[in-house]
Amino acid sequence: MGVKTVTDKQPDAAGKTVGASAPPGVPCSPTPGATGVANAVGATGTATGAAPDFTPKIVAFCCYYCAYSAADLAGSLRLQYPPTIRVIEVPCSGKVDPVILLRAFEEGADGVYVAGCMEGDCHFLKGNFRAKKRVQAVKKILDQIGLGGRRLEMFNLSAAMGTRFAEIATDMTRRIEELGPSPIRPEALAARKAAAGAKEQGEVKTR
Amino acid sequence: MIVAEPKPIAEVAGLIKAAKHVLVVGCGECVTVCQAGGEKEVEILASALRILWKIEGKDGTIDTQTIVRQCEPEYVAELGKKLKDADCVLSLGCGVGVQFIAEAYLDKWVVPGLNTKFGGGTVKAGVWEERCGFCGDCVLHLTGGICPIIRCSKSILNGPCGGSQDGHCEVNKEISCAWQLIYDRLKGLGKLDLLDVIQPAKNWQTSRDGGPRKFVKEEAMIE
Repeated sequence: MGVKTVTDKQPDAAGKTVGASAPPGVPCSPTPGATGVANAVGATGTATGAAPDFTPKIVAFCCYYCAYSAADLAGSLRLQYPPTIRVIEVPCSGKVDPVILLRAFEEGADGVYVAGCMEGDCHFLKGNFRAKKRVQAVKKILDQIGLGGRRLEMFNLSAAMGTRFAEIATDMTRRIEELGPSPIRPEALAARKAAAGAKEQGEVKTR
Repeated sequence: MIVAEPKPIAEVAGLIKAAKHVLVVGCGECVTVCQAGGEKEVEILASALRILWKIEGKDGTIDTQTIVRQCEPEYVAELGKKLKDADCVLSLGCGVGVQFIAEAYLDKWVVPGLNTKFGGGTVKAGVWEERCGFCGDCVLHLTGGICPIIRCSKSILNGPCGGSQDGHCEVNKEISCAWQLIYDRLKGLGKLDLLDVIQPAKNWQTSRDGGPRKFVKEEAMIE
C-alpha cells in the first residue's frame, strides 16, 4: 500500500493554516491505517486563540474528490481556518471504517469528522451515503461509552467549496472547544489519576 | 447460519468489569456474515471498550483475535498463545462458540458478547430473518419449502388460521402469513393436493425433548 506524505501545506508563521492543514509528516494513504491515524492525532497543533490551555486535535477524513480538493482551494484562496485539523486523504468517504473512527478517538483525538461529496454526487455513487450511516452508528457507540456522539460529524461538500471547507474546520473546532478536551487525553487521564490520589490521601488523613 | 446480535456495550462492560486482561475473540463463520462477531466487529468493540476503560480510569489490556470457527476444537486451540495472558475471554461467537471456548480453557472466565438469536439468512444487506427453528423433523417437502413452524407466528401445521388477512399475519402486519405463502407456492407448482392431507400434531420429541441433542455419523469418526 503506497503511503504519501503531505509536506506542502503547513501552518504559516502566524500560526494559522493556509491550505489543507495536515502537518508535515502526516501520512495520507488511500486506506488510512492505525499508524496514519495515530500520527495524525499525535501531530502538534497551534493555539487557536480560544482557551489557552486547550488546543483541540481534530482528525478530518477527507474524500479525495471533494473535501481534499476543497482544502486545496481554500489554500489557493488564502482562507484562514484553525490549525486544529489533521487531514487524512481517503479515496472516498465510503472508505472510512468505524474501526478507524474509533481508533482516532482512542489515540487521543478530541474530535473527528468525515467530509464526503454532496449527496448524489459521490464519485463511487453511494460511498457518502454509506459513510453517513457509519458515522451515525459510531455516534451511538460514542454516546454509549461516554465520549459523546457530538465529537464526531459527517459533512458534505464539493471540490469547489473552499470557503465551506474553512467554515467546517472552524465550526468543528468551536464545537470541540465547547465540549472540552477528550477525557482520554493523556493529560486528562493524568489529572484524574492525580485528583483520585489526592482524594485518597485526604481520606487517609481524615481517618 | 446462526444469527446473533451484539449485546449493548454497557452490558458487555459489566460482564468484564472484574477482568484485567481481556481477549475479545471473533468467529469467522455465521457471525461474520451477520456482522455481529467477525473481525471488524471485534475491533470495533475492543476499541470502544478500551476507550471506556480509559474514561473510567481502569488499567488493563483488551486484545483481539478472530479464529476461523469457534465451534471446532482445532480452531479454538489456536487461541492458546494470546489467551495465556488473558484472565477473561469475551467471545463474539454464537452460544456454541462461547461454550466451546469455555470447555477448552477451564481456567479462563468466558463471557458472551452476543445474544444468539436464530437460524436464518440474509434477505437484503443488513437484514437477517429467521427461517429455521431446529425442530429436528423437517416438513418443508409438504409446504413448498416454507417452514410453518418458524414463519407462521403460531407454528400451526394446518393453516391458515382466522388471523390471516390480505396475506398478512394478525400478530404483526409486517409479517407475511406463512400459510398464504405456502398456498401461493403450492398453487404455482400445481401441488395444492398436498394441502388435502391433514397433518397430525407435531412430534416435538425431536426438538427440546430428552436434553441436548447429538448427531453421530459413524463413518466420519476417526477413532
